Amino acid sequence: MIRFENVTRRFPGGQEALSGLSLNIDAGEMVFVTGHSGAGKSTLLKLVALIDRPTGGQVIVDGQNTARVKRRRIPAYRRQIGMVFQDHKLLYDRPVFDNVGLPLIIAGAGPRETGRRVRAALEQVGLLQKEKRNPETLSAGEQQRVGIARAIVTRPKLLIADEPTGNLDPDLSLEVMRIFRRFNEVGVTLMIASHDIGLIDRLGCRRIELEEGRLAAPGDPAEEPAWP
Amino acid sequence: MAVSRHKDAVAPVRTRGPVSIWFGRHGSTAAASFRKLVRQPFSTLMIVGVIAITLAIPSVLHLMVKNALAISGGWDDALDFSVFLEDDVSLEEAGSVRDLILQRADVASVTLVGRDEALAEFREQSGFGAALDQLDGNPLPHTLVVRPGALNTPETIGLLREELTNLPETAAVQVDTDWVQRFHAILAIVDQSIGIGAALLGLAILVIIGNTIRLDVENRRDEIEVVKLIGASDGFVRRPFLWSGLLYGFLGGVLAVLLVHLGVFLLDEPVTRLAGLYRGNVELLRLSLEESALVIGGGAALGLVGSWFAASRRMRAIEPG
Ligand SMILES: Nc1ncnc2c1ncn2[C@@H]1O[C@H](COP(=O)(O)OP(=O)(O)OP(=O)(O)O)[C@@H](O)[C@H]1O
Ligand SMILES: [Mg+2]
Repeated sequence: MIRFENVTRRFPGGQEALSGLSLNIDAGEMVFVTGHSGAGKSTLLKLVALIDRPTGGQVIVDGQNTARVKRRRIPAYRRQIGMVFQDHKLLYDRPVFDNVGLPLIIAGAGPRETGRRVRAALEQVGLLQKEKRNPETLSAGEQQRVGIARAIVTRPKLLIADEPTGNLDPDLSLEVMRIFRRFNEVGVTLMIASHDIGLIDRLGCRRIELEEGRLAAPGDPAEEPAWP
Repeated sequence: MAVSRHKDAVAPVRTRGPVSIWFGRHGSTAAASFRKLVRQPFSTLMIVGVIAITLAIPSVLHLMVKNALAISGGWDDALDFSVFLEDDVSLEEAGSVRDLILQRADVASVTLVGRDEALAEFREQSGFGAALDQLDGNPLPHTLVVRPGALNTPETIGLLREELTNLPETAAVQVDTDWVQRFHAILAIVDQSIGIGAALLGLAILVIIGNTIRLDVENRRDEIEVVKLIGASDGFVRRPFLWSGLLYGFLGGVLAVLLVHLGVFLLDEPVTRLAGLYRGNVELLRLSLEESALVIGGGAALGLVGSWFAASRRMRAIEPG
């Protein structure tokens, strides 16, 4: 589903967020990307979503070489991917329902199709009762789940999430991961950047560990951040 | 309400036909843009007011020229000829020339002003009485004042003038139409300048609307970034701004037409009274239906173009990353 071939992302200043990275994620996999802050996790996901472009190597997503996707085609490309952001990126001038329905409106779905799908997505994240609320009035965990509902409302084959549990307490984090797990069970490929190694180990998913823009050597996992 | 559960998590969004999408999106975007304008009545009124005044200025000037032309249009034909007769033509001969001219179909009336009568009148009106006493004899000729008939055209007027000049008793024919022609030439130049001025004011409207939309785009930067992140095309992002620009221009045009009509309404009575002192019934011309449509359509088009440029330019700079 996702293949990185010798991918480098070098910034104008000379720093390299990714250095000659190669990896492969099969369709239907649920994979976590871990590593210290600054290891290149966000950069990796941005390359998949075409928010950023590699300066070397190739990123192939669902058979498409992303280098060949022209600027004009990026919106259509992004519509195939569900994205969840650490800071939710919700629109606070409209209710939950409209936020979740936005990708459908962008895609050109009619009002009935939109209503049906939005309610199905909200039900999956357990927020069916809150469709009329403004996201501002929701807790952080609820907002995160609104973001997830929006990412899955078009039922994409691929879902990427950058630290989706970064702001959540352990219970909520587990709840969010369970939701992801359920999508994975029905065939969605997931790629999730996270710090939360304890949680990942409990889920028993594959981990891709980054270290300064490269794959960490197997058997030499980067140390977990020490909490004071 | 029963919510159906979808086992197939991966399913493409069922979209409507392209035409249905187009109308659905534009309908809801237009409504949303309109609501947004109504929600900020003060700033909307400011912008619409400025656009309306900018559109009304050339409209009013054009109307003034149009009315001046209409009012003065008849003057050319209605001017009297002064036919100065030769010195040796006697008053009786002058009387028979008058009767001869009166028979013409293109002449409404002829008044004979004898040289004594003319001198007396001149003495009274000019205040040169003492100076005239110094002259031996009367230097003035007999004069026929010929008023052409109402059905004359500029060509038949020209013909009449030529034939009056060719009469053996005629020394000179004078018609003071030069100033009317000069007046019309000036009006034509003024009308052209109004066209140029209108183009400049149109540019001003582009700037006003462009700037408004630019600020609007800037204010919604975060929102634009988010919708681009989830796959909105440039067209989708641009759409609400285009509708805002179109609505500003359209409403400005409507208000401009209303203002101009109100102005004509207020001026109609005094102008009619004034003009009526000189000539028969005069009615002020209003903006025609076509002209009103041009003002409103022009405003809307300027709004669309201004917002297109502003939104397209600003939008491109807003990229998630
Ligand atoms: N726009 C940029 N210009 C220059 N350097 C950048 C830019 N974006 C990221 N970097 C650098 O690239 C490296 C990787 O950044 P990235 O955001 O991918 O890290 P990360 O693994 O997501 O970290 P975190 O866990 O803190 O989110 C960092 O060293 C960062 O300083
Ligand atoms: Mg990051």
